[in-house]
Amino acid sequence: MKSLISINDFNKEEMLQILDLAAEYESNPIHPIFKDKLIALMFFEPSTRTRLSFETAATRLGARFVGFASLSHTSIAKGESLKDTIKMVSNYADMIVMRHHLDGAARYASEIAGCPIINAGDGANQHPTQTLLDMYSIRKTQQTLENLSITMVGDLKYGRTVHSLLQAMSHFNPRFHFVSCPDLEIPQEYKNFLDSRNIPYTQHHKLEGQIQDADILYITRVQQERFQDPMEYERVKNLMRLEASMLTNTRPNLRILHPLPRVNEIAIEVDDRPEAYYFEQAKNGVYTRMGLITYLMNQ
Amino acid sequence: MIAKKQLKVSAIRNGTVIDRIPAGELFHVIEILGLAKGNHQMTFGTNLESKVLGTKSIIKVTDKFFEEDDVNLIALVAPDAVLNIIKEYQVVEKRKLVIPSEVRGLVRCLNPRCITNHEPVKTRFKIIIILEGLVLKCHYCEKETSQKNLQIISSN
Repeated sequence: MKSLISINDFNKEEMLQILDLAAEYESNPIHPIFKDKLIALMFFEPSTRTRLSFETAATRLGARFVGFASLSHTSIAKGESLKDTIKMVSNYADMIVMRHHLDGAARYASEIAGCPIINAGDGANQHPTQTLLDMYSIRKTQQTLENLSITMVGDLKYGRTVHSLLQAMSHFNPRFHFVSCPDLEIPQEYKNFLDSRNIPYTQHHKLEGQIQDADILYITRVQQERFQDPMEYERVKNLMRLEASMLTNTRPNLRILHPLPRVNEIAIEVDDRPEAYYFEQAKNGVYTRMGLITYLMNQ
Repeated sequence: MIAKKQLKVSAIRNGTVIDRIPAGELFHVIEILGLAKGNHQMTFGTNLESKVLGTKSIIKVTDKFFEEDDVNLIALVAPDAVLNIIKEYQVVEKRKLVIPSEVRGLVRCLNPRCITNHEPVKTRFKIIIILEGLVLKCHYCEKETSQKNLQIISSN
């Protein structure tokens, strides 16, 4: 029995296997092979995109699903422990998809449950299915995952999608450019990680000038609440903002990715540019989650 | 001429001598082993001369023989320390410490949002050796805690 808690739980071959399955589902999206399976979607923390994407993936695979969309509808609200809730649900579900507000909750659940767990986000820690769909989107737009130049922009300190993607792409000989304000730089432990694998990276404090060398521009939202000083947020937010006018002399294969929701870090005019890929990226989430469910169910 | 060896910290009959503790880590070792709260007689010295370390600390605990978990804990803050097991004033065993690859249930995760600080989960850390010393990577939340910030789960 295998779960997906952290992107590091999968090696390169396993990731590629899931992406291949996802590609098959993209060409044949209705595939009811799990009619006898029940998937529990336990969202202790609200999420629209991820939950709907999993519901769609489960439905297209023919599986039934049960679950809840927020804490207030659960017996956790009555004081039940996470352990008891997981134990109870894993008695009748064939798989649990869970999102929880605490870091490490999914790993803990995987040690208690008698069925595979898919981590749909545990606090600030991991969101591995987002990483799989990011990788799928990268491979689809670049026809390869190898030897790419990736510019990551925004909240590189707290952004869990940034950290997981960086770890996952480390198998494919990438080059990274990190663009953030000084307060939200990529943490030292990830720089150590890249150094240990001889992966080159550069760091910058403004986006201008860091686009022309990129195959992928991975932009993330900078949340105002991360700043102690609101003035500082006002000062830096425009340094990270992508305007359509900045997309000159870029590589023809450049694509812009964003895990969404977007606030103001990408100007609306960019949406109409051929480089903009963030809405298709979100759509790829259904195929990769179908691929992942299939892979784990068959283990 | 007979060299006169004078002990700076008096000998014990039975128990354990923890030697070669870096001078600055003395109270850290006492704290993590819960020695200040225990009822074993303890004597210690610090800023003693050491050929290996320059200065060192030493702790002598009467009638105390440490369990594997405690030994692992010492290795986390003073990996070069040596444990001398004393029986009838004689050193019967010298134990060098080995840095464990993993510790379970001994150290608290410093991440307040880690599940181990909210549910009754036994903590678990992988130990990573870096240039500056050790870091402990939480098995659950994957956050790293450095050696100097280490907080022990008290068993006393």
